[in-house]
Amino acid sequence: MRVGVVVFPGSNCDRDALHAARLAGAEAVPLWHETPDLRGAGLVILPGGFAYGDYLRAGVLARFSPIMAAVRDHAARGGLVLGICNGFQVLAEAGLVPGALLRNASLRFEHRWVRLSVERRDTPFTRAVPEGMLLRMPVAHGEGCYYLPDADLDRLEASGQVLFRYAAPEGNPNGSLHDIAGVLDAGGRVCGLMPHPERAAEALLGSDDGLLLLRSVVESTADGIPRVSAPR
Amino acid sequence: MASFRYAVSVMPKPGILDPQGRAVEQSLPHLGVDSVHAVRVGRRVELTIDAAGETDARAVAERLAGELFANPLIETWSVELVSAASSVRSAGPA
Repeated sequence: MRVGVVVFPGSNCDRDALHAARLAGAEAVPLWHETPDLRGAGLVILPGGFAYGDYLRAGVLARFSPIMAAVRDHAARGGLVLGICNGFQVLAEAGLVPGALLRNASLRFEHRWVRLSVERRDTPFTRAVPEGMLLRMPVAHGEGCYYLPDADLDRLEASGQVLFRYAAPEGNPNGSLHDIAGVLDAGGRVCGLMPHPERAAEALLGSDDGLLLLRSVVESTADGIPRVSAPR
Repeated sequence: MASFRYAVSVMPKPGILDPQGRAVEQSLPHLGVDSVHAVRVGRRVELTIDAAGETDARAVAERLAGELFANPLIETWSVELVSAASSVRSAGPA
């Protein structure tokens, strides 16, 4: 199982993501954003940071990087994509997951530990999470307030595309609608979340709950959950 | 060829929480102003487009506004022509 971590100008969690992927048992390689080649990665991670300085809107300029065409093709073929924090913002701006990330309701950069409920365990990203377990991870973002118009939000809920919610006691750090911390695309192969699983990958750092997400992906690809291959 | 300068105004959609506007509004009493409400903060982008005519130039400006400057899910936009000039770049070799 190979994990590719995209490096945009301004990414700053790429090394952490590579490290966490290796801890989860994967081979991990960096992917420079100007080269539209995923180097055979089964999972592509768009890491946290401030791609293109967050100019104009967080995530919007990264959407036009050459590698994003390859990421889009990968997702269209059923490949796995995980967007973390700024990577979630890029996925949302690119239309690869539904919704938009607005300025935090507090107007502050929120960096703290939160707890996540896992809404579904039948996904490639969550199958290794024990039932009922809340995941402790940090958030660190200024624009993480998840938004969708009401009707679309109802559809998102009905179709089971909400994967993570902020849970008590820390609760919702940014004003996200329905406490949404992470979502899936319609096919369930692309996931975006604001909290940082790669910063919660070793007990020494305060939590290794984040590793469960990467372990899930490694297990999913190892034991024959069909990796949809390219048509034609 | 001619050059057309546009101003693209981008605003949060009505009903979308605008914490920047709210923060500005809440600070106004400190200036001794208490008659202001419904403050919304948006963004203005100015750009010059070379094109054969205004119709072509506007099409480019509208496309950029909808695909880049604004996120249609959360923002509205308007495109306003600021000025137009015959382009010196069409003068050809001297």
